[in-house]
Amino acid sequence: MSRPLLEARDLTKNYGTVEALRGASFTAYPGEVVSLIGDNGAGKSTLVKCLSGVEQPTSGTLTFDGEPLHLSSPNDARDRGIETVFQDLAVAPDLDPAANMFLGREILKPGVLGFFGVLDKKAMRRQASEHFTRFGATLQSIDVPIAALSGGQRQSVAVARSVAWASKLVFMDEPTAALGVVQRERVLDVIKRVRDEGIAVVLISHNMPEVLSVSDRVEVLRLGRRVARFKASDTSVEELVGAMTGALTQEDADQ
Amino acid sequence: MTTDEKTTMSSLPDERRTPLIRRLTGANTLWIGLVLLVLVAAFGAIRPDAVFQVTTLQFLLAETAVLLVLSVGMTFVIITSGIDLSVGSVLVFASVSSALAMNVVSGGDATNAGWGVIGFGLLVALVSGAVWGLLNGLLISRAKIPPLIVTLGSFGAAQGAALLLNNGSNVSGIPDRLNRTFGSGTYFGIPNIVIVAAVVTALGALLLSTTRFGRYTYAVGSNEEAARRVGISVRGHLTKVYLLAGTLAGLAGFMGNAFFRVAVVTGHETDNLNAIAAVVLGGTSIFGGTGSVVGTVFGVFIPAVLEKGLVIIGVREFWQPIAVAIVLVAAVWLDQTRRRARNQR
Ligand SMILES: Nc1ncnc2c1ncn2[C@@H]1O[C@H](COP(=O)(O)OP(=O)(O)O)[C@@H](O)[C@H]1O
Ligand SMILES: [Mg+2]
Repeated sequence: MSRPLLEARDLTKNYGTVEALRGASFTAYPGEVVSLIGDNGAGKSTLVKCLSGVEQPTSGTLTFDGEPLHLSSPNDARDRGIETVFQDLAVAPDLDPAANMFLGREILKPGVLGFFGVLDKKAMRRQASEHFTRFGATLQSIDVPIAALSGGQRQSVAVARSVAWASKLVFMDEPTAALGVVQRERVLDVIKRVRDEGIAVVLISHNMPEVLSVSDRVEVLRLGRRVARFKASDTSVEELVGAMTGALTQEDADQ
Repeated sequence: MTTDEKTTMSSLPDERRTPLIRRLTGANTLWIGLVLLVLVAAFGAIRPDAVFQVTTLQFLLAETAVLLVLSVGMTFVIITSGIDLSVGSVLVFASVSSALAMNVVSGGDATNAGWGVIGFGLLVALVSGAVWGLLNGLLISRAKIPPLIVTLGSFGAAQGAALLLNNGSNVSGIPDRLNRTFGSGTYFGIPNIVIVAAVVTALGALLLSTTRFGRYTYAVGSNEEAARRVGISVRGHLTKVYLLAGTLAGLAGFMGNAFFRVAVVTGHETDNLNAIAAVVLGGTSIFGGTGSVVGTVFGVFIPAVLEKGLVIIGVREFWQPIAVAIVLVAAVWLDQTRRRARNQR
């Protein structure tokens, strides 16, 4: 395989006395879909937060594109083309979908108005609208607060926002959890299209058939460590579940 | 999933937006504006002679101008889901330090001072307000002390400091020129102090609704963690918002000096509560994330109109706080019901 895009080694993360990560390693290769699976509490969300600059690991090293990487804030990750759909979505419920998509990346009016920080709401709304259409977020209207949308719609907005800005890697922490069948298919479709543009996708999901159908590889996290890695084409639901529960172990997986 | 979710946006005309009228009626602001209109109309119908008198209106506007400036700052603070109890005390502190400073540079009495001294007095008022605001902001955003506690502290401290500055007495010697132009002066019948307040309010409204600063204010109040995760400097933004509120309180102190020709150390103890009431009456959510300066304008005038109106039609003015309280509680109750309905989706 080619050189890894992102490699995490021996990450630990303690919250007080809770050890959320106990020497977790993780690898993502350029342009692949890799699923990160594990039981509830295995540390998947914590790992994603450490890899997107939201939390700082207690110890461990990261390399990105072969260079050592230190993420001291979410901006450090964003600057490198890494975007994240957080499990709790992290959207501002009182703002509309367009405002959420451009949050932290607002388009300003040209000239003097822009100097004073005046927003170009029309441009943002237009671009957001095109983008949501392209990435299958179905909304009746684009100027209602996110809170007025259904859980599924909120999730699609968060997905659309992340893929709008990612140029290298997208983390999606349970992006299909609240979705109906149609919307779920649409998100999986988005994942494949993003991958086809050469952007790596890290998918977290509890739905094993979904994981097997969309991924190139699967990494398994258990009790804060990586316990197994599989090629999606040579594994099965039984094997994945075995690794998640500890019934099956791979010797070299935590290297 | 509801059926209308099947309509994708591509099948709708470009930039499909909720019709203007629906958006307006959906907003609390419209309803609060209507309440104000109905009040004015009702009092006006009962005593048209008294209500629509130029002096009545002038007085109403001038007295409300100072509170309006405080409330504009408070709107930003409450939208971040914060609170600022210190505005009245900061106003007093700024007013006293500005009056003292003008006296000092005029050799003890600034009554006949010129524009240079007045400009200096304005600067002192703004800076002293800003310093308290900055202190509030830093304690809230860096030390992570809840805004209620921080500003309760500065509420007491700024008042105490103002009393210390002049041994607990009012400061006279406000320049006549300042009072003539900004205090009692009018422009086409509108008191100049009101024009200042209107300009501040308009700028505040534009800042909140059209700029990135305003958008971040909503975002921080709506979901602080989400704002942080998209790279907004939440700490920096909160500091700026409290700095703005403090600076506006400083300006309000200077406006008070111009209007009353004296820096008074008492009578502002409930300014904070009046400003909070105005902001909440105006449809800004006490939980943060939504609100508008326009709503706050209505919210400032409802208690003022009630007070004046009740006096004019001969109801005892003691009814005014009761009437305001009822409207206030109803406003928050409505907001809460709306939020609960929304969050259950
Ligand atoms: N902010 C936090 N404070 C304390 N404990 C936490 C925090 N976040 C996660 N944990 C703990 O870390 C462990 C891993 O959690 P998480 O990463 O959310 O797991 P997963 O996403 O795999 O379900 C859990 O035991 C959880 O309770
Ligand atoms: Mg999780």
